[in-house]
Amino acid sequence: MSNFTRRGLLKSGAVLGAGMAMPTILTAASHAGYTNAPTGSSVTLGFNVPQSGPYAGEGADELRAYQLAVEHLNGGGDGGMMNTFSSKELKGNGILGKKVEFVTGDTQTKSDAARASAKSMIEKDGAVMITGGSSSGVAIAVQGLCQEAGVIFMAGLTHSNDTTGKDKKANGFRHFFNGYMSAAALAPVLEARYGKDRTAYHLTADYTWGWTQQESIQAATEAKGWQTAANVLTPLATQDFSSYVAPVLNSGADVLVLNHYGGNMINSLTSAVQFGLRDKMVNGKQFEIVVPLYSRLMASGAGENVKGIFGSTNWHWSLTDEGSKAFVKSFGEKYGFPPSQAAHTVYCQTMLYADAAERAGTFNPCGIAEALEGFKFSGLGNGDVEYRAEDHQCFKDVLVVKGKENPTSEFDLLEVVEITPRAQVEYAVDHPMFAGGDLGKCNPGA
Amino acid sequence: MKSLNSSDKRTLLFVIVISLLAPFLLNPFPTGSGMAQFNAGYPDLMQRFAYFGILAIGFNILFGLTGYLSFGHAAFLGVGSYATVWMFKLLSYNIVPGIILAVIMAGLFSLLIGFISLRRSGIYFSILTLAFAQMSFALAYSVLTPLTNGETGLQVYNDDPQILMGENAITSPHLFGLKMQDTFTLDLGPWAFQFNVGYYVCALFLILAFYLSVRIFRSPFGLMLRAIKTNQTRLNYTGINSRPYTLAAFVISGMYAGLAGGLMASMDPLAGAERMQWTASGEIVLMTILGGAGTLIGPVLGAGFIKYFENIFSKINETVLHGWFAWMPDGLEDAVVWVLHLFTGKGWHLTLGLLFMLIVIFLPGGLMEGADRITDWWKRKRGKDVSDTSKTPAE
Repeated sequence: MSNFTRRGLLKSGAVLGAGMAMPTILTAASHAGYTNAPTGSSVTLGFNVPQSGPYAGEGADELRAYQLAVEHLNGGGDGGMMNTFSSKELKGNGILGKKVEFVTGDTQTKSDAARASAKSMIEKDGAVMITGGSSSGVAIAVQGLCQEAGVIFMAGLTHSNDTTGKDKKANGFRHFFNGYMSAAALAPVLEARYGKDRTAYHLTADYTWGWTQQESIQAATEAKGWQTAANVLTPLATQDFSSYVAPVLNSGADVLVLNHYGGNMINSLTSAVQFGLRDKMVNGKQFEIVVPLYSRLMASGAGENVKGIFGSTNWHWSLTDEGSKAFVKSFGEKYGFPPSQAAHTVYCQTMLYADAAERAGTFNPCGIAEALEGFKFSGLGNGDVEYRAEDHQCFKDVLVVKGKENPTSEFDLLEVVEITPRAQVEYAVDHPMFAGGDLGKCNPGA
Repeated sequence: MKSLNSSDKRTLLFVIVISLLAPFLLNPFPTGSGMAQFNAGYPDLMQRFAYFGILAIGFNILFGLTGYLSFGHAAFLGVGSYATVWMFKLLSYNIVPGIILAVIMAGLFSLLIGFISLRRSGIYFSILTLAFAQMSFALAYSVLTPLTNGETGLQVYNDDPQILMGENAITSPHLFGLKMQDTFTLDLGPWAFQFNVGYYVCALFLILAFYLSVRIFRSPFGLMLRAIKTNQTRLNYTGINSRPYTLAAFVISGMYAGLAGGLMASMDPLAGAERMQWTASGEIVLMTILGGAGTLIGPVLGAGFIKYFENIFSKINETVLHGWFAWMPDGLEDAVVWVLHLFTGKGWHLTLGLLFMLIVIFLPGGLMEGADRITDWWKRKRGKDVSDTSKTPAE
């Protein structure tokens, strides 16, 4: 046996020695100054979305929009919002002349899985940009990873104040709106409909998004004279909300605010309606329910129950500006139904990234960050928009919507009540709800 | 303590060589070729192979030797991760204090859980550990949020104390200056082999963990654990109190899980509560059974097998499939892709499940039984005697 061991040792020793010596000769040949600099005729983007878990529905729609965006960037289809976009750098010949390819991954709506998937895109597939996320917890986790790895992160559906607040990163950018903006847009509408003398009871998803949205709504409504009876945190994995809904009536509150999203919101709203909350009179006033962050996918999940309930969204397919019409048309032609707000925001993010790369003339994250910071654009369905340089948050109009009383189709579930102008939802960079973060420096990696 | 026999030495050498050469072995296909999809030789996945290997080795000391099926091992993994990230937050990004604390905390935690759960055996023990693990998960998610940062996951912020960190200190996990994320890329013709510092740290721990487990398997203590698996009642009747032994095995295996958790957090400084969920515990059980419970190297293979599927198969999406079958006529191509996409991409669980069923039905001893059968068949073909007694899984 000693014979085998010796030979084995010699062999492995020789191979190891060669392996150790080789890199000193051969490294630094392909050093372009930043992580995953594309060398061939194509560039790879990483689409990291939930394909399983409570936000899988949003994830699937995001993936459709990503594929559509790649098709348009490569010159396929009718070009969608590329034609209405105020910046005319994109020519339909890929990005910087390189054909756009993509890899996909499943975040499972879990931070760990999302980071593993993003890491493999960066390390194995050579992705130069990561985008996606349908949960703020996941988005923040992946944004941190991209900062460390030196690639750009274009956040998808993430609504927590923290994403561009205390967890903001120089390599991360968010097009979607946030909890503060929802609150700033909703509060005046709620005041106008329900009056000043109201008491709210909050049920809140127990993670970064729920916390910051609840904080925002409470602050905005209290500024209008409302009171807050209680705020109850519910675990994200909760399926049955009846034990949380039951105490609401005895609390003296006359408005229930559901800081829930996706499957959570569908279940909690259904539970609240089954308890007959909407038919009750409290303090001589009709009991009301508010869902601050709305989406069409959620509305269709909750069915009848959403009728007449107020909330806010980033975008809705029924908008009639040129950008929205172009996007709805090409999405509809490809998939047969209108896109959700999640699909819209990730499509925009992909276009914005491609455009920034064209304007910067490089895929270097620092160049792209510079091109995006302070970038003003329009024609992507939200009117005039600006990427604020200080925190990498997009500022644009916010839609206040209401569950439609008489939907004409299975997609026509929300009606836009008001388009809140951008000025009304803006805030200072050092606003207390966003303080404590540090953008840091852009990291090109490598 | 008995010295290792030659077959153990060979296994150990095998593990050492495989671990050190993994960047080559896992990257058989040239970058850019169609088959590159199946390469697993990138840092993140190799690190995963290593620390999940450690986790499975530790689990095997408990399950493979004593037969006690713990359904709560993910809790120790989580405790280890949280301990390490806290060390990053409080001291500095050096991984040494973090990993030490991770092992200690997981040890203490497993002592507590083991002390209570080991009052029962069989299914009751499994249920108790499962309950404890789910309890830890729920606590980490809700009540303990100040300690765990809940669903967002515990991570290091720029304004954390980090008292040992000087002015221009390294801002990512490192081992006395060697950054975990540093990767050496060796371009050999069309191949690109990645040598990652973090992976080699993990691999070193894997080898140590494996060596320790071999020593435990071959020690009188290991023999006692096997006796417990064979017939605990009989052992008790001979006047031996078996509980200290099972508790020791439980704590050792908990500390292995803590080490794995610590390494996990060192490679990626973020600890989420999901890694404590019961599905994560179940995955550890699957790894061990898939590889071959009670064998030395089986659990490591099982861990690698599952992680490979999770990371490689889950990324074969419909576009990739269409690319593969583009040569077929249109209708046929769509049909083939439609069938296959059920098993790849988000359907990877299905493929893994099917393979798991096949292995459990046809190879109850896991992948190791398959390997043994192949070697036996090979020897028989060459006319050798197959009465080999050296392979003795602890049944």
